[in-house]
Amino acid sequence: MPEWLIDILITLTKIVIVEGVILTAVAYSVYAERRVSAFTQNRIGPNRVGPAGLLQPLVDVVKLLMKEDIVPAKANRLVHALAPGISILVALSTFAVIPFGDKILLAGREIKLQIADVNIGILYILALVSLGVYGVTLSGWSSNSKYSLLGGLRSSAQMISYELSMGLAVLGVILINGSFELDTIVQNQFGWKWNIILQPIGFLTFLVSAFAETNRTPFDLPEAEQELVGGYHTEYSSMKFAMFFLAEYANVIVASSVITTLYLGGWQFPYLQTFGLPDMLVSILQVLAFCGKVFLMVLFFIWVRWTIPRFRYDQLMNLGWKAMLPLALANLVLTAIILTLFKT
Amino acid sequence: MQFTLEFVLFVIFGLGAIATAVLMITRKNPIMSAIFLVVNFFTVAVIYLLLKAQFIAIIQVLVYMGAIMVLFLFVIMLLNLQDEKKLSEQFTYKKITAVLLSILLAMLLGTTFWFGFSGKYLRLADTAEKLGTAESLGKLLFTVYSFPVIAAGMLLLAGIVGAVVLAKKKFD
Amino acid sequence: MLESYIPIMLVLSFALIFAVVMINLSSLLGPSKPDKEKLSTYESGMEPIGTARERFSVKYYMVAVSFILFDLEVVFLYPWAISFINFPKAEMVYSLIVALIFIFILFVGLIYEYKKGVLKWD
Repeated sequence: MPEWLIDILITLTKIVIVEGVILTAVAYSVYAERRVSAFTQNRIGPNRVGPAGLLQPLVDVVKLLMKEDIVPAKANRLVHALAPGISILVALSTFAVIPFGDKILLAGREIKLQIADVNIGILYILALVSLGVYGVTLSGWSSNSKYSLLGGLRSSAQMISYELSMGLAVLGVILINGSFELDTIVQNQFGWKWNIILQPIGFLTFLVSAFAETNRTPFDLPEAEQELVGGYHTEYSSMKFAMFFLAEYANVIVASSVITTLYLGGWQFPYLQTFGLPDMLVSILQVLAFCGKVFLMVLFFIWVRWTIPRFRYDQLMNLGWKAMLPLALANLVLTAIILTLFKT
Repeated sequence: MQFTLEFVLFVIFGLGAIATAVLMITRKNPIMSAIFLVVNFFTVAVIYLLLKAQFIAIIQVLVYMGAIMVLFLFVIMLLNLQDEKKLSEQFTYKKITAVLLSILLAMLLGTTFWFGFSGKYLRLADTAEKLGTAESLGKLLFTVYSFPVIAAGMLLLAGIVGAVVLAKKKFD
Repeated sequence: MLESYIPIMLVLSFALIFAVVMINLSSLLGPSKPDKEKLSTYESGMEPIGTARERFSVKYYMVAVSFILFDLEVVFLYPWAISFINFPKAEMVYSLIVALIFIFILFVGLIYEYKKGVLKWD
């Protein structure tokens, strides 16, 4: 077999495994959300299908597949179908540049545990995040419903506002590492040197922006049920609705992975190398460390949703433009000045 | 001509760019036009990538697709679409502009073909890959070309002031 | 260089195929019994009044314009941020001053927007 074909096959294997894991994780984070919310509200939650309700997500998918696909008569059919597609496309592609482990040796071949190691790593993520706006804007517009339009507009304005503080927060990390490559950024976070310690303000702004970008509580105004019915996906049903739902949870998982990679040391397991374990075990533990951190972040997302009430729209915009943006700018300037002072 | 990966991708995305551009100007619905323009920007980004300009390629996606086209969509949605007919009413300046722009386009196409087929500019510079990264851009922009950067900052400031002044009437 | 982007293209194609298949799957599997009431726009069970194609507040437009301008600022800062740490001390100080002036100019724009009440929602 020619060398390039082997490379492509390895890449395809990685893609299938990673996307499979993400889709499974999405299904089970929906389950986790329902169980955690039930626990928070002193209910039981889904526990009938399979042991402890673990088969519930599969049944839900089948149910959604069998539902009637309703497109409102006044909607723009093409754009109406396009919008959920954009959302899911963006949500599933973002993971491509995130490293989930160190290099491993397999059959005499060095394999990177990352789908694509590109020079512009972080920018690829930010670019895809900025494309996510189309899903909500177009769905809001194409449905030709007042609730959808309001939800879509609110959501797009919110997403673009917080994208700024997200970009500025990331600039702090880039300043320290001098690289866009996520692999380099993770390699630099060995030992205690996690970026959350080096960039506490940046971490805070990034975290808040990530909540806003994923439209999660306390920033879930686009689908504020009490006033907007379902927001931008009011007029969606069956699999198209499921795509928005899937994209939301995929975004939560990807956002957790990005936060882990940028600020929580990625796959680094502090001081693991000093124990003198076999290489393969170290690699497995590192992948597990990554998954564990992401899992805790997802739980954090869910925990926040069932604890904190929703912002009012003016509060949300003020927070974005008058608190997060100046804070992220201040963090950037401060980081640059400190770096200059310590430069010999 | 060799059928390298670059060549095949260039043909696919070049034709894609032309097709989406044509579709963009022939659509009646402005939202569809905007969507095709977004796809067009993507194909152009891939062409930048083929020219080894990685940073510009991703900035094309980040700024044009992710920011400017969002504003376009907002503006299209902000305008009442029922007013479409009024917008396309006869307007003599429009025809003059159209003729002038067509001449300009013909000249551009002519020079492109002339230089393109003369073979003079067919080869990429050897340093293209290094120049295309953000590192080399940053080294130049914030040292040698620091004045243009600050001028660009002033331009952006002027943009902010302009937008506020234009929209101010609506606020009161 | 191009080789490192092939995996990204593969991921994008995978996601595209997934999206297209999933979007079309339920119209194949699900029932299709449309009627006039089912296809009407939802408006709390009432007959829809007018259309949703109405003008909306100019503030959304202002947010989008401000976003573009500040996004461009951030884009200008990416090349600076990535080369900053590798500069020698003198160039580091110089580029820091340039960047600070650049940030300051746009910060003035932000203050101007606050004062004009562009970003005020009530």
